[in-house]
Amino acid sequence: MLGLAACAGRPPAAPVPPPGLPTAAPGQLLAPAQLAVIADRTARSQAMFVELGRVLTHPRCVNCHPPDDTPRQGEAGALHDPPVLRGADDRGIPALGCTTCHQDRNAELARIPGAPDWHLAPRTMVWLGKTPAEICVQLKDPARNGGRTLAQVADHLAHDAIVAWGWQPGADRAPVPGTQAQAAALVQAWIETGAACPAPPPAPSSSASSSAPSAPTPHASPVAPEVSR
Amino acid sequence: MKLTVNGVAHDVDADDDMPLLWVLRDLIGLTGTKYGCGEALCGACTVHLEGRAVRSCVTPMRRAAGHAVTTIEGLSAGGTHPLQRAWVELGVPQCGFCQAGQIMTAAALLAETPQPTDDDIDHALAGNLCRCGTYLRIRAAVRKAAGP
Repeated sequence: MLGLAACAGRPPAAPVPPPGLPTAAPGQLLAPAQLAVIADRTARSQAMFVELGRVLTHPRCVNCHPPDDTPRQGEAGALHDPPVLRGADDRGIPALGCTTCHQDRNAELARIPGAPDWHLAPRTMVWLGKTPAEICVQLKDPARNGGRTLAQVADHLAHDAIVAWGWQPGADRAPVPGTQAQAAALVQAWIETGAACPAPPPAPSSSASSSAPSAPTPHASPVAPEVSR
Repeated sequence: MKLTVNGVAHDVDADDDMPLLWVLRDLIGLTGTKYGCGEALCGACTVHLEGRAVRSCVTPMRRAAGHAVTTIEGLSAGGTHPLQRAWVELGVPQCGFCQAGQIMTAAALLAETPQPTDDDIDHALAGNLCRCGTYLRIRAAVRKAAGP
């Protein structure tokens, strides 16, 4: 599951969006209303999450949701330099905590990202290398979402200061698409439409039929459109 | 802005964004803490803020104001901290430029982890660079200061 591409922190390659569905402009997010063309409620909910997945799988987010003890940095998910470790409380180790260097806001001259209480996501919240479908299942699991209800997940996404940093990363870092308010609207609409998760990726198969058009992927499926970057 | 450095209260004329290192060196005159990279990548500027290691080159005054700062000059009276003794006994420094930061990081480590393993030492000091390559002597001195 965690192959080389995953280690590099890159989301899966963008498939071609199905015809008839809207696409977002580069750097933007679709609004829930733009996905109203999907008549089926569950399919619409899945599409909401796939759009939200463009935020959740962005390097600004997954770099601090690693499967191990080392944060990543940059667009390609390089190992954090200088070498640092998660520590017992996800805030570094004695004498080398996250806030040894990271401040409450970006340090532009030094190019150091910052936000209040800079820290890694807990071990239970691994996003790096995962698909939107996998992250969706995690977000609905209190054991892997910090013990949050869906309403609390939405509130966290809408208001958390470190989450907000993703849209204002400073220096030459690419921000996550859209705005925090747009992402909050998407997660709220996703919840209101049943919080359906995208279909999981198809299992690897040696059969040639696995590439038939009738076998949808979570991104190419009409219920889970991916959009242009 | 007010802050306490090595137990002495200071009232300095500094902007919120001025790095603590500038205040220590240029306004207060404590030049034991060194400027290395200015980007928190080398550790030469490490001091303690309320006992925790911070890189003073990127720590703004708005964070330090009202708090207690300890620099290498204030780590002990007369250089008697166990780390300073061990540094001398083992002849750790070569050029010496990074050593104040190395000692301050090591002191923060020992304060939280009095009996560190080699891995603890290596990990804690991973952000403190030494161009002279004195890393093995640094680790030995930290072990010596920690005691048997």
